[in-house]
Amino acid sequence: MANVITDETIEYVGILAKLALSEEEKEQAKADMGRMLDYIDKLAELDTTGIEPMSHVLPVQNVFREDVVTNGDESEKTLKNAPGEKDNMFMVPKTFE
Amino acid sequence: MDILAYSAVELSAAIKQGTVTAVEAMAAVLSRIDERERDINAYVTMDREQALKAAAAVQEKIEKGELNGVLAGVPVAVKDNLCTEGMRTTCSSKILENFVPTFSAEAVVNLEKAGAVVIGKTNMDEFAMGSTTETSAYGVTRNPWNTDHVPGGSSGGSAAAVAAGECYFALGSDTGGSIRQPASFCGVVGLKPTYGTVSRYGLVAYGSSLDQIGPLTKNVADCAAVLEVIASHDVKDATSINRKEENKDTDFTAALVDDVKGMKIGIPRDYFGEGLDGEVKDAVLAAAKQLAAKGAVVEEFDLSLVAYAIPAYYTIAAAEASSNLERFDGIKYGYRAASFEGLHDMYKKTRSEGFGAEVKRRIMLGSFVLSSGYYDAYYLKALKVKAMIKNAFDDAFAKYDLILGPVAPTTAPKQGESLSDPLKMYLGDIYTISVNLAGLPAISLPCGKDSKGLPIGLQLIADSFQEKKLIQAAYTYEKQ
Repeated sequence: MANVITDETIEYVGILAKLALSEEEKEQAKADMGRMLDYIDKLAELDTTGIEPMSHVLPVQNVFREDVVTNGDESEKTLKNAPGEKDNMFMVPKTFE
Repeated sequence: MDILAYSAVELSAAIKQGTVTAVEAMAAVLSRIDERERDINAYVTMDREQALKAAAAVQEKIEKGELNGVLAGVPVAVKDNLCTEGMRTTCSSKILENFVPTFSAEAVVNLEKAGAVVIGKTNMDEFAMGSTTETSAYGVTRNPWNTDHVPGGSSGGSAAAVAAGECYFALGSDTGGSIRQPASFCGVVGLKPTYGTVSRYGLVAYGSSLDQIGPLTKNVADCAAVLEVIASHDVKDATSINRKEENKDTDFTAALVDDVKGMKIGIPRDYFGEGLDGEVKDAVLAAAKQLAAKGAVVEEFDLSLVAYAIPAYYTIAAAEASSNLERFDGIKYGYRAASFEGLHDMYKKTRSEGFGAEVKRRIMLGSFVLSSGYYDAYYLKALKVKAMIKNAFDDAFAKYDLILGPVAPTTAPKQGESLSDPLKMYLGDIYTISVNLAGLPAISLPCGKDSKGLPIGLQLIADSFQEKKLIQAAYTYEKQ
């Protein structure tokens, strides 16, 4: 069974992944993803009826702590890494008019 | 004795005895780096002055008796996906080209507390996605045994640095074999601990349910010593396990015992089939014979499900990667596109310009398998297969103390041979990835060389929390 990735699918994945692909990249992505999915389809050979999906291998429980700040104010150091900064805040493009 | 010939533990002992200083050791490493780095390119970022200054500070503490651990004064290389306070951390990606962390990864903090001195940050496949260290945005790393060949990956810079004497030991991370496979290709020792043993705090996440930090070292004794220092319970990582509290001993150096009498070792027949290079097969089976000669009970068995590990792994890892890498959006740190129209265009352009081809490929696959309509068929199916694979290992460890096999189907391929066919590259991970799916510990250690003179790696796998069995068997084999 060969997976054919349509233009619509690759558009949709581009939106989900927040990636803008050139026409050339789109064609390559269609081919690559189709091949990978063909390969992943091998999993369908296995009967997994009644098997619980395993997200974590060890029996660990959720870990809670008191909602108390333990680290200091690092806003200045943190903002040094920001591509845009103004008045101790992140600068972002206008999000609405 | 040549300072660079010391192992990490030997160096620290010599420093304590006063025959060499931490500064001399660092200077020796830096001059080796000057000699070899043009050919090898193991490091992405270094700060020589800072390294020498830190070594001097550690030397002073050693002399005052404030530091007396087994790694005090030893220069270490750190994979560039582990945050280092004040030192650029790129994940070998353009998108983090200017990122300077405000904190250090817990594993790095533990090493520094023990007196190890960071030299710099090692090259890797971009965001740890790759098996050759060729997808780095900062140039390829080359194998010190033959620079026409890759060092393996994704911790290729760390493995090459250890092999070339450009550090005494290194930290790597292993999501699908990224410590063990480069260790194998570069002829050094690498260990991937049980999931939850080393805190992932400060490790830039790729596949969070699979990622573990571990050591790359010159020998098994160093490996045990480093693991003992970096293993810790950390409340900052919710999946971190309190092994001491749960009586799961972490005194790994106590397992450096030359004895495998009565140890039961299983060899999975399914690891020795089609695709395995003849020379690798012979070397690995010869190692099994040597362990048998030392008293281990070695037999073959069928592990099953081996062919399903790769498709399950790439589904899960890509899904987690697509989610983890959403944070790189050009807002808080890292690269931002120069020109854009509005917020969403900025996100898209920043990510498209900042990520390399392999990273984009996995983010897209991950977004697809998690998308509505495909989630059950792909992602959930892969999690069910993961449960089956874990069960297969549980059955095996009901019979055996250890599983023995190759690390990779071949020795290090030539530069440029792997990236043209991603699927083929993924198949090279067949013996390592199921260990990550099942959260198990495994070690890779040298077991000879092929006719081209390239190192071959032996892999030993143990049940969860049984690193000491790995170390004992590996130490016994190394003593041959």
